[in-house]
Amino acid sequence: MRAFRYHRPTDVADAVAVLTAEPQAAYLGGGTNLVDLMKLGVQRPDVLVDVTRLPLDAVEELPDGGLRIGATVRNSDLAAHPVVRRDYPVLARALLAAASGQLRNMATTGGNLLQRTRCVYFQDTGKPCNKREPGSGCAALHGQNRDLAVLDWSEQCVATHPSDLAVALAALDTVVEVYEADGARDIPIAALYRSPGTHPERETTLARGALITAVRLPPLPAARRSTYLKVRDRASFAFAAGSVAAVLDLDGDVVRDVRLAYGAVAHRPWRAYRAEEELRGRPFSPELAARAADAELAEARPLRHNGFKVPLTRAITVRALSELAEGTTS
Amino acid sequence: MAFEVNGTSHEVTLDNRSTLLDTLREHLGLIGAKKGCDHGQCGSCTVLLDGRRVKSCLVFAVTLDGRSVLTVEGLAGPDELSPLQAAFITHDAFQCGYCTPGQLCSARGMLDEVARGWPSAVTDDLNAPAELTDAEIRERMAGNLCRCAAYPHIVAAVRETAATR
Repeated sequence: MRAFRYHRPTDVADAVAVLTAEPQAAYLGGGTNLVDLMKLGVQRPDVLVDVTRLPLDAVEELPDGGLRIGATVRNSDLAAHPVVRRDYPVLARALLAAASGQLRNMATTGGNLLQRTRCVYFQDTGKPCNKREPGSGCAALHGQNRDLAVLDWSEQCVATHPSDLAVALAALDTVVEVYEADGARDIPIAALYRSPGTHPERETTLARGALITAVRLPPLPAARRSTYLKVRDRASFAFAAGSVAAVLDLDGDVVRDVRLAYGAVAHRPWRAYRAEEELRGRPFSPELAARAADAELAEARPLRHNGFKVPLTRAITVRALSELAEGTTS
Repeated sequence: MAFEVNGTSHEVTLDNRSTLLDTLREHLGLIGAKKGCDHGQCGSCTVLLDGRRVKSCLVFAVTLDGRSVLTVEGLAGPDELSPLQAAFITHDAFQCGYCTPGQLCSARGMLDEVARGWPSAVTDDLNAPAELTDAEIRERMAGNLCRCAAYPHIVAAVRETAATR
């Protein structure tokens, strides 16, 4: 591992100033991903700015009925928070489906959003990877690509975003609060992540040095009826083969509102706007849910080994929405 | 940099790259926590940091100034094993034993999480306290792998400890 300097900032402005001034510096949150990547030689920061002791660890109920979650709130604390469990079960479920108890005790909200892909070629410094080393090529496109993207990939990169939390936050129209060198700003989560295109090394729209300080959930009473379904290769503690975050609001049997987002299919958490359009205003049925998923997945371009993700994602869409419609899930 | 391990203060000077796991094993002579995968996946390095179970292979020691660590060596009292450790023996919950320190620390942390009312991925009702069924124990202990597959006995030992708490 490359030697690094360690800096514990006094406040957010200090943290951002160091990151902005040092081109090879990195923020250290829970470390569950970054420390691993440093051991593998994939990330080689020369300064670590430890943000875990900044005062960003509060979960606050907002006057408008929403919730602000500080960037250093641990995944385990957030999943256990009574307001999250009651008002945003999709978020609690996504957090609980992720990683292991030990890792959830370490991982932070901000760090989770900015974790790196688990594409094995990205993690293997002996293989070409445009995300790790721009211009070096992509070993995954024609390699073992079972776990990789079916939507919105490019010839340069077929990696998926690994976060479960981000998928739930995408469904909830979360606002990401960031602090940059020239001040604070809000970014809707839909505008945070980038498609890979010709620059897969640029994963977000954040400026160099930007620090996520909080995420803000809008009030969404319909989210009391929401869930997160995750399918993985073993019963627990694995990344998703497919996942769906779903919020369903019915007026009788007619879909008044619906929010859907998919994990494990694209370079970013995938908000399924087209499927939502198909569902809204129509009487709910499992057949309708399947048609909506098909509309969303019409653009899918499976790679050699991951064609199963299309019917899998359709199936979990039907299951999640049907369970919500029947009221059989929390 | 100063931090506490099993109630004893330690002041150490280390290379920034030292993990908590390596610091415990190489500098403090506490070799209970094991280095298995060294990538946060196997759980054999689990310790409690400020009362919460974590994977010590993914923690840089330099971040620990003022923190408190509990390792498997600190679980037992001066004269007798903790109830959890005794239950592991009663139920024959380990074979090679390599994963056992991590299983014990993880179980200790997990039982505290249950006592705080935290749900898990297999908890049906998010808004009610979870009952500690075998399915709950298995899910909550999923971050600890045992290649001898002593899992049924580990589940029994944890279940018994929970019942007598």
